[in-house]
Amino acid sequence: MSFVKGLRCRECSREYPARLQAGCEDCFAPLEVDYDYPAIARTLTREQIASRPANLWRYRELLPVESDPVVGLASGWTPLVRADRLGKALGLDHLYLKNDAVSYPTLSFKDRVTSMAVNKALEFKLEAVGCASTGNLANSVAAQAAAAGLPAYILIPESLERSKVTATQIYGARVIAVRGNYDDVNRLCAQIAERHPWGFVNVNLRPFYAEGSKTMGFEIAEQLGWNAPTSIVVPMAGGALLSKIHKGLHELQRVGLLQEPVTTKLYGAQALGCNPIVDAVRRRSIDIKPVKPNTIAKSLAIGNPADGYYASGFIQNSGGWADDATDTEISAGIQLLAETQGIYTETAGGVSVAVTKKLVEGGHIDRRGITVVCITGNGLKTPDAVTLNTPEVIDAKIEAFERVVEGVAHVA
Amino acid sequence: MSLKVVIPTPLRKHTGGAEVVEVDAGTVKEVIDRLETKFPGIRNSVCDDSGSLRRFINVYVDGEDVRFLENLSTRAKDGSEIAIVPAISGGV
Repeated sequence: MSFVKGLRCRECSREYPARLQAGCEDCFAPLEVDYDYPAIARTLTREQIASRPANLWRYRELLPVESDPVVGLASGWTPLVRADRLGKALGLDHLYLKNDAVSYPTLSFKDRVTSMAVNKALEFKLEAVGCASTGNLANSVAAQAAAAGLPAYILIPESLERSKVTATQIYGARVIAVRGNYDDVNRLCAQIAERHPWGFVNVNLRPFYAEGSKTMGFEIAEQLGWNAPTSIVVPMAGGALLSKIHKGLHELQRVGLLQEPVTTKLYGAQALGCNPIVDAVRRRSIDIKPVKPNTIAKSLAIGNPADGYYASGFIQNSGGWADDATDTEISAGIQLLAETQGIYTETAGGVSVAVTKKLVEGGHIDRRGITVVCITGNGLKTPDAVTLNTPEVIDAKIEAFERVVEGVAHVA
Repeated sequence: MSLKVVIPTPLRKHTGGAEVVEVDAGTVKEVIDRLETKFPGIRNSVCDDSGSLRRFINVYVDGEDVRFLENLSTRAKDGSEIAIVPAISGGV
């Protein structure tokens, strides 16, 4: 059972059947999955969704799978955490964190998109799946492919840290390091996808893959009692997550599941060392000038963001804004989140927190409204992003301990 | 100068299925001119009405995105590889 009508070009509106395809044959623009929204509106209710298991398949009518999903059955439905202590630090009255740092199975929001991609690869009976990745996507494709029994080919930039390579190889994936940066790897992937009968999740499976990101928007709204928040801050690499959260909220409105029309302002966050979308928003333009990334936020280091043009447009049309953070600010953001809310995020989450701070200070975000900040990955993946003091070493004697914590109140 | 142009699948309908086409040209603009002469209609797939590269087309000269070089005026060397690659999405 599926409500998918097919694929439609975002630019020229040319329609295609729901098949393996990277982009429009005429203008090369990305393809969007199109659904029979009136039919969904007639059948899908809030109560029905609420009665389903706590995973992202509770929104199945608005997702692009044809048959029952086989992998990713526990993905999605991450906590929306009320964050009063961080809110106080940032000057926000009603702050929530959408915490995909605890996403199943690989601790980043990429589990949402790979849930779509790997199930579609099984539907299309592909021999293998693959991707270009600097970390999170590689982990997630490798894990979900292993669970599906599909071989995975993962292309990474040569400079990637050993720990990230291990976290992908452990699933039995074939990891191939490429000389160059992420954009070079991505380009090679596009060329490989033309020659081999494999599903590259961010190339020929992309229209389906990207739909998984909508579930972050669906969940935020449902967890807020079927309300879209006043503001959402989203970290941006290629710009697809922000674009899909926008699509997700508007789809909920279209099928009649929201209490009120969507007026959410979208805010984009990037690292200063890779900020082509922020740069476009600042110029009040949708033309993206590619950059060569140089930032500790490697999970956001796409210098040539394919959805940047759309993300920039959605931000500006929503009345939102975008800003960037230096590496020092990113590290401080990671620490602030950990110390105020007990959530350890990777660099992309540090970018979100640091940029939220700037957006509040700059008067861009309504302090009294409901703000949701998207935390897209887990800090255990990027332990080198913060430098902390080496712990004190003492003898196993109570006097030594008391000396070290001197000044701290004694327990009576 | 003889250059090697790598044609992506969606454009091979213009090239009779050829993956690689040799042309004589000095700049990216000339490459597109020569391709259009050989395969009428291909220009419209690569460039918009104003003659600029389409938003979702990336062109690389010996692996470097021409937007980091001089766009359509980017010069190639004898034997250079010109790759036309549809822009694709993120990941990371």
